[in-house]
Order: sequence, then structure tokens, then C-alpha cells
Amino acid sequence: MTIPFYDGGVASGLLSGVLFGYALEAAGFGSPRKLTGQFTLRDFSVFKVMFTAVLVCAIGLYVLRTMGWMGPNAVFIPTLFFWAILAGGVLIGAGFAMGGYCPGTSVVGVASGRIDAVVFAIGMVIGTSAFAWVYEPLIGFYMAGKGPNAQTLPQLFGLPEWVILAVLVVFAAIGFRLGSMMERARGGPFTAEEVCAPDDEADEFAMRSGDTSTARG
Amino acid sequence: MRDTPKPFWSPLAAGTVLGLALLLTFVITGHGLGASGFVTRFAAQANEWVAPQATAENAYFGPFMKAGAPLLSWITWEVIGVLIGAWLGAKGAGRISVKVERGPRVSSGSRIGYALVGGAFVGFGARLARGCTSGVGLSGGATLAVAGFVFLIGFFAAGFAVSFMMRRLWQ
Repeated sequence: MTIPFYDGGVASGLLSGVLFGYALEAAGFGSPRKLTGQFTLRDFSVFKVMFTAVLVCAIGLYVLRTMGWMGPNAVFIPTLFFWAILAGGVLIGAGFAMGGYCPGTSVVGVASGRIDAVVFAIGMVIGTSAFAWVYEPLIGFYMAGKGPNAQTLPQLFGLPEWVILAVLVVFAAIGFRLGSMMERARGGPFTAEEVCAPDDEADEFAMRSGDTSTARG
Repeated sequence: MRDTPKPFWSPLAAGTVLGLALLLTFVITGHGLGASGFVTRFAAQANEWVAPQATAENAYFGPFMKAGAPLLSWITWEVIGVLIGAWLGAKGAGRISVKVERGPRVSSGSRIGYALVGGAFVGFGARLARGCTSGVGLSGGATLAVAGFVFLIGFFAAGFAVSFMMRRLWQ
């Protein structure tokens, strides 16, 4: 069988991007308050959407491979460079908590009209440039703790793939339950009406006066 | 009087559609979705506009410039697609809101400052991690790559820690 198609053309990029952007926006990920609500425990959408997507796709890839429609090493699997990838994850988590977005969701923020997302994107270009200018002294750290090429969790733990998938499904289900409990305790999750109101003063005003006509999207 | 914005999809529905979009991307291209790869290429191009010689000699940006036209890449079309898809969704659901979105206790000015600094952290971090939440976390995680899960542990741990230290920002 000949999947994947390895099509890197314009139409392929646009199609993937449109679906990606549409799904992220529908999840509410154009709003930095909804996104950062994950870390104040008021809104578990980031965890829920991300783990659902990871598992749907991982199970899909597993089925394609099990049916013999896709070869075992057919898709790109990143290789672990432990220290750089952990530190990169830490910096992105920290920057996300401060700035309200990650790279993909900042594009959704821009498309949803958020001025802070445009500023965040400028910040990313500055941070990326800073990295390039200090790259040479960082190369040792960048390469440290390299794992086996394209190593996966089933290989790391020596367990069949379906066992890992089952464990992740249980982990996600527990996260969904606990997340929903914490959301309720903190008055979340954020609704579209809340995060799309013109700004916070108008939002409060609209709620006080019971007049929704000022809460224009 | 305008209609109120349509509600967001449930996380389960949005996550399922996102997962299927990611699966389709793997089937079509052999790799997952991304975003920071575009930022890297844009930054290389922007540096070249400002300082062509130094950018060509730079150890990180040099190879991008040597390959020619760094922006002519799949990831550029994908990011343009994200803009279009997100705009169509937001427009159709009445969820476009032009504003500086911020927590109730933060001024617009400081929100802009934090957005710039946070963006810089994320830009730097994405180069260290060789990708971002989409490329390493989501797409790497979906291939069950160890790298993807190490990234996600760092991302969530730091997100909670920094958010706790800077509670005023969003609460």
C-alpha cells in the first residue's frame, strides 16, 4: 500500500492548515484566557482537546499499520534530545503562561482579532532570532542526552502498542473527570460569550445591567 | 442588536476533529502539523533583510538561507491555511473580537508587555525543543514518540509553576 503520499505541495499544506485552524478555533483556542485557564485550573480544554486529538490520531495510525496499509517507519517520529526538548518544553510552558499562547494558537488568536496575539507573534520572531545568535555556544546542550532514533513509548517500555494506548486512554479519562470537577469548582470553563465580549469593563457592565447588546462580538 | 457568539465545541468534539485532521495530515504528507517551523523560516528571512551577510554566516539561519527562499515551504502554506480556517470558523460563529484580551486585573499595556516577553520565551524554547506544542507535543505525541511526552511533561510542569507564581496575570 502506498500511504502516506508524501505530498508536500501547496494544496496539501492549505488543506491541513484549514482543518487545523478550524478545529483549534472551534475549541476556543483563539482566546488566551481560555488557553491559560488550563494552568489556573479553571478550564481544562487544553488538556482535554490535546489528549483526545493525540489518542484519536495515535489509534488511527495504529489501525493503519495493523491493517498493513502503512509501513512501520512510514511517518516522521521525532528523536529525543532529552535536555534540549525538556528545557524547550519548560520555556514554552512558561511563555504560554505569561503570553497566553503557543505558536499554533497565536495564529488562531490573530485570525480571531486578538491584538495581543500579533504582539506575541512578534515576540516569537525575536526569541527565535535570539536562539539563532546564541546557537553555537549552545550546541553541546542542544545535542545532550540523545535517545535512540525515533524512539517510541512501546519501544521504551518494551510493551505492545495497544497496551500503551490503553494506558493513555485511562490516563486521559481520569484527567477528563478530575478536570471537569476542578472546572466546576472554579466557575469554568470559559464560554465564547465571556471571551468574545469587547473588553472586561463592558462585559461586567453588560452582566450588571442585563443588557447583552453591549457585548458585541 | 447582534447575536451572541456561538458556543465553542465540547473538548471531546474539537479534540476528535483535531485528531482526524492530524491523522489526515500524516496520511497525506508523512508528518504531522506544526507552527514554529514557519516562525523559524520567517525569522531567518527577517534577519536576512536586516543583516544579510551575518545571517548567511549564522550557524542556525545559514543553512536555511543557503537552501534559498526559506518561506517557500509546506509549513508556510499550512500556517496560511490555519489563518484561513480559524478566520472562517470565528467569522461563521460570530467569535471575532478585535481587542487586547487580558485578565481582569491587568492593564492593556502590561498585557502587551507580557505577550511580547512570553512570545520571546516560546520562540526560543521552540528552537531548543526542535518544535512546539503542535509539532513535538501534539504530532510527536500522536506517534507515541518519547520526545513528545518529555516535551509535554516540561510544558505542563512549567505552565503550572509560572501560572502559580504570576497568579495576578489571568485571575
